[in-house]
Amino acid sequence: MGRFVLRRTGQAAVALLGVSIVVFALIHLVPGDPVRTALGTRFDQELYEALIARAGLDQPLLLQYWLWLTSALTGDLGVSFRTGQPVTSALLQRLPATMLLAFAALLVGLLIALPAGILSAVKQGRPVDYAASSFSQIGVSVPDFWFGLLLILVFARTLGWLPPSGYVSPLDDPVEAIRRLILPATTAGVVTGAILTRFVRSSVLEAMGAEHVRLARAKGMPERYVLRHHVLRNAWIPVVTITGLQLATLLGGIVVVEVVFAWPGIGRLALDAVVRRDYPMLQGAVLLIATGFLLINLLVDLLYARLDPRITAS
Amino acid sequence: MSSAPGPTPDHDVGEDAEVVLSVRDLDVSFGTKRGRASVVRGIDYDLHRGETLAIVGESGSGKSVSTLALTKLIPIPPGRVTGTAHLGATDLIALSEEELVRVRGQRIGFVFQDPMTSLNPVHTIGRQLTEGMRHHLGLSEADARDRAVELLAKVGIPSPARRLDDYPHQFSGGMRQRVVIAIGLSCDPEVLIADEATTALDVTTQAQIIDLIAELQADLGMAVVWITHDLGVVAGIADRVLVMYAGEVVEQAEAVTLFARPRHPYTVGLLASLPVLGDTERGDLAAIPGLPPAPTSLPPGCGFHPRCSFRSDERCATERPPLREVAPGHLVRSFYEVPEEQSRRASAAARIEIEPPDVRDEGVA
Repeated sequence: MGRFVLRRTGQAAVALLGVSIVVFALIHLVPGDPVRTALGTRFDQELYEALIARAGLDQPLLLQYWLWLTSALTGDLGVSFRTGQPVTSALLQRLPATMLLAFAALLVGLLIALPAGILSAVKQGRPVDYAASSFSQIGVSVPDFWFGLLLILVFARTLGWLPPSGYVSPLDDPVEAIRRLILPATTAGVVTGAILTRFVRSSVLEAMGAEHVRLARAKGMPERYVLRHHVLRNAWIPVVTITGLQLATLLGGIVVVEVVFAWPGIGRLALDAVVRRDYPMLQGAVLLIATGFLLINLLVDLLYARLDPRITAS
Repeated sequence: MSSAPGPTPDHDVGEDAEVVLSVRDLDVSFGTKRGRASVVRGIDYDLHRGETLAIVGESGSGKSVSTLALTKLIPIPPGRVTGTAHLGATDLIALSEEELVRVRGQRIGFVFQDPMTSLNPVHTIGRQLTEGMRHHLGLSEADARDRAVELLAKVGIPSPARRLDDYPHQFSGGMRQRVVIAIGLSCDPEVLIADEATTALDVTTQAQIIDLIAELQADLGMAVVWITHDLGVVAGIADRVLVMYAGEVVEQAEAVTLFARPRHPYTVGLLASLPVLGDTERGDLAAIPGLPPAPTSLPPGCGFHPRCSFRSDERCATERPPLREVAPGHLVRSFYEVPEEQSRRASAAARIEIEPPDVRDEGVA
């Protein structure tokens, strides 16, 4: 187990290095001068050259990368072109909001997907199955910005039950924080739930068709027992993988939901950075998202090894 | 409930042996988009204590389904099972799901075809072996584990106590099938159904598993139903053989009789198609031309007539032949019997050597 963890961590580190190169290269390949954009109408040649020098943009690209990488390793991701704020602290400031929304959305997704997926697999071909499949089809097809706006219209504007947007830290006001979390988490969670429902269903169906399930029935184990210990226990393995991927996606990319609900998360920060050509901020945000992604995958693999005895032993 | 051998220690398959399972007019069909598919059409047999009954047929002949249906191990609906199947005094077909759960595993044990897939990869074999015993016999975990060790030793797993907490992937195919057999035996069933139990194994392992089941049977006195497509497997172990084609029994006889003097054209065809090692005279293997009929569109007359190379006429095409007793205990479903000379030739060509059951039993015991 120890060697397995070590090997996977090493692999994750190599992947992260690759990501840093790609991120750096892509951003610098995109046309457009960030400093000129940042200065806008206040353009002044001397100030411009000073800023370029301060940002190190006059150095060769390889050297720029090396400097960025080495300081990134110490936790210093540079300074925003736009605001002058250190990127690291800007990201850390936004991280709790993103994480809260991501985990809440995943919870909503699982609360939908587990019962719907299991039920539709067990009752395959019956009305429940069709209902769950229709939900899933609609859930993946409906654009999230539209669904978010619809929720705001119904629950905030018309019924007035919940605030339409904004973020409050749960440390400041837990009740208000939850009230503000419900709509964005539902918006992102329904999509996640729709995707997960399909995976849960197909995964449970596959597990149900296994020969060992037939043997468990032939042993005279009651149906509930068979379902719990011989079907669901095996179905978890692929479900855990896809849940991890969904969480990673939520952590990195609910930009649209964050924009619709004025949610101060990493996604919106990254979007702003793209629009403003804020290189350090964008690099930092993408690196953070990629790290999160790799970290979750690492955790999934470790969990996988616990769920499936064949993985570490062989 | 105990299946300790009765007053007669040497198992006797004569008329006086106790009937453990009596199947009458068993019909199994499935509702499909193209109408009802009749997969098993009115089969009858008696299984005696200590007896080995082989059900032989090609894929789709209904041989597996006919036994799975006994305890409703097929999906119902779309499946439908009618007829009777008395296990002792209980008619299995009339039982509810709750009652069947107490029959499966406890009174009828199963061994399936592929040991690589019939064990759950995420549970230890100890767990898979003990769960049935704990559930049916109400054993404590410790007692169930003790018994599991005994069972593993009995099926020939070396150092069983140490292997109890191993996972299936840590065993070879043959060893896994031994574990599956141990599971099948764990609650002392009256009947063990071995559904193609050696088909997925290599030849040497196959022989070991066949011997193992025969030994255990002699030891425990249970009845065994062997389901196989391989007449070669059947020859060494079966007391009686039931040949199935398109959901029907086409021939049924004592194994010795069936192999020496097959009478149904299909059985003769099966024997003729057996490969024989070192036989250079026959040239190509004799295959039976054509395919079995689809269960949704069975021919009106004899199920085999479209493929029958022996004789096929107007009557075969329109009238379903009855199962006739052509000799004591020898039943054939055909209007025309294969004549003795031709039948003996097929039997001789197959070179199946079969000892009379009495002699073989002494060898095993």
